[in-house]
Amino acid sequence: MTVKIKNLSKAFEDHVVLDDISLNIKDGENFVVFGRSGTGKSVLLKCIVGLLVPDAGEVFIDDKDILKMSEKELNKIRKHIGFVFQGSALYDSMTVKENLEFPLIRNFDFLEKEREHKIKTVLEKVDLLDAINKMPAELSGGMKKRIGLARTIITEPQLILYDEPTTGLDPITTKEISRLIVDLQEDLNVTAIVVTHDLICAHIIANHAVVLKDGKIRYEGELSKLTSTNDEFLIDFFDREFFEDKKGSK
Amino acid sequence: MSSLKSKIFDSKHYTVIELRLTDFFITLGGLWSFTVTFFKNFLFPPYEFGEIKKHMDELGVKTLPIVSVTGFIIGFVLAMQSQPVMARFGAESFLPSMVALSVTRELGPVITALIFAGRVSSGIGAELGSMRVTEQIDAMEVSAINPFKFLVVTRVLACTFILPMLAVYVDFIAILGGYVAVALLLNMNFQLYVNSLLPSLLFSDVLPGIVKTFFFGFIVGIVGAYKGYTADNGTVGVGKASTSSVVLSSLLILVLDMVLVKITIIFWPI
Repeated sequence: MTVKIKNLSKAFEDHVVLDDISLNIKDGENFVVFGRSGTGKSVLLKCIVGLLVPDAGEVFIDDKDILKMSEKELNKIRKHIGFVFQGSALYDSMTVKENLEFPLIRNFDFLEKEREHKIKTVLEKVDLLDAINKMPAELSGGMKKRIGLARTIITEPQLILYDEPTTGLDPITTKEISRLIVDLQEDLNVTAIVVTHDLICAHIIANHAVVLKDGKIRYEGELSKLTSTNDEFLIDFFDREFFEDKKGSK
Repeated sequence: MSSLKSKIFDSKHYTVIELRLTDFFITLGGLWSFTVTFFKNFLFPPYEFGEIKKHMDELGVKTLPIVSVTGFIIGFVLAMQSQPVMARFGAESFLPSMVALSVTRELGPVITALIFAGRVSSGIGAELGSMRVTEQIDAMEVSAINPFKFLVVTRVLACTFILPMLAVYVDFIAILGGYVAVALLLNMNFQLYVNSLLPSLLFSDVLPGIVKTFFFGFIVGIVGAYKGYTADNGTVGVGKASTSSVVLSSLLILVLDMVLVKITIIFWPI
């Protein structure tokens, strides 16, 4: 799935969060969005999936303008999009199995056996088959993130939006989740847009990166080419050590 | 809604009363448009019968103990308080009829609705509010599932249909409570008690009370759902949604009762 964003702007009251943003995300790309807290990274993801309506601009998914779509048409597209929320957003009142089953029952016509097989497969993929009958409240933060990811991939989406998928996790779990994102892209050719400020995660997954500052794009290009920049903001943002390491390894 | 509030409040210096009143009318406006959205979603398929039944089970069963105790006490206290007054006028024999009429026409439906509001409206407000702030509602929406239909319509309909059943149950329990008091005070047996109240209790006494509770149930559901669904500001917002849904639904129940009393008298004269 391709995503094209043209001159997107969004403000909350007087605070401009996104200011004339244009992006072009290719099919099968792992696109990472960096930026300080409050720079509109999550707002950008929510505008892409139609959870927020921008004040100006256009959002095209596979060359279709989602802002001009009816709710029915938008839901048709949403069936092919996955969203991994920062706080996992697992349904509190449902077990892990019911959480995974929910989108399958509502949107697809799978037989019970097929659903069970899919649930087992995705839980094995995130290494949490034992948690199938647990309630979200019984899971740790890392487990919740992985179940959230499992719920997203169970419908086999073609585009996945990740809102800080590794925030608050230890470095090992961060690497595991990041590798899972890469595996998905390689196995299913999923297009991924990842909002993060986690460099470990970005190093593992990014093909392409964009840095937002004050609602505008400060840098866009390959992550590896960031090291050649002289922009003081970027050097400060990514920590000087990252630049020195990268230059040293060249 | 919050941006509208801030625009209004920023534009001029207001007194506390003006601010509260403005806030109240903004809430009523929001509730009105939420109700319109409810009917738009309610009228068109798919219908979530399974979810409605599940919520009716949960809400009904959870509220049963508290309304049972309250219903019994209402009937008991009403008979106890009224007996000396009625004795003064030599009308003690009308005590069973008085209890039955007061309970079925007014006290049963209204008290049940107020308790239901305290128990259920706050629960719906807190549940949906917490789903809103933890992005569970957003998660549903991006999964191409209509969260309004699934979460709001089902809960409001469950409240609308379960409250009349609870009110009928409370009427029976309150009449039973009235009997215990009458038996203690006048040494009346159960058969005599029933025989004295039945002739005075007409269909037109029971029906308006039950019809009212459909409206009260709708208010409890829609207010709780509105407050929860539009909650913001994290856990503080969830707490506020829960509390304000009880206050607003109780107030609307009492105001509507005032209106419905007049209407029911027109249709079913005493």
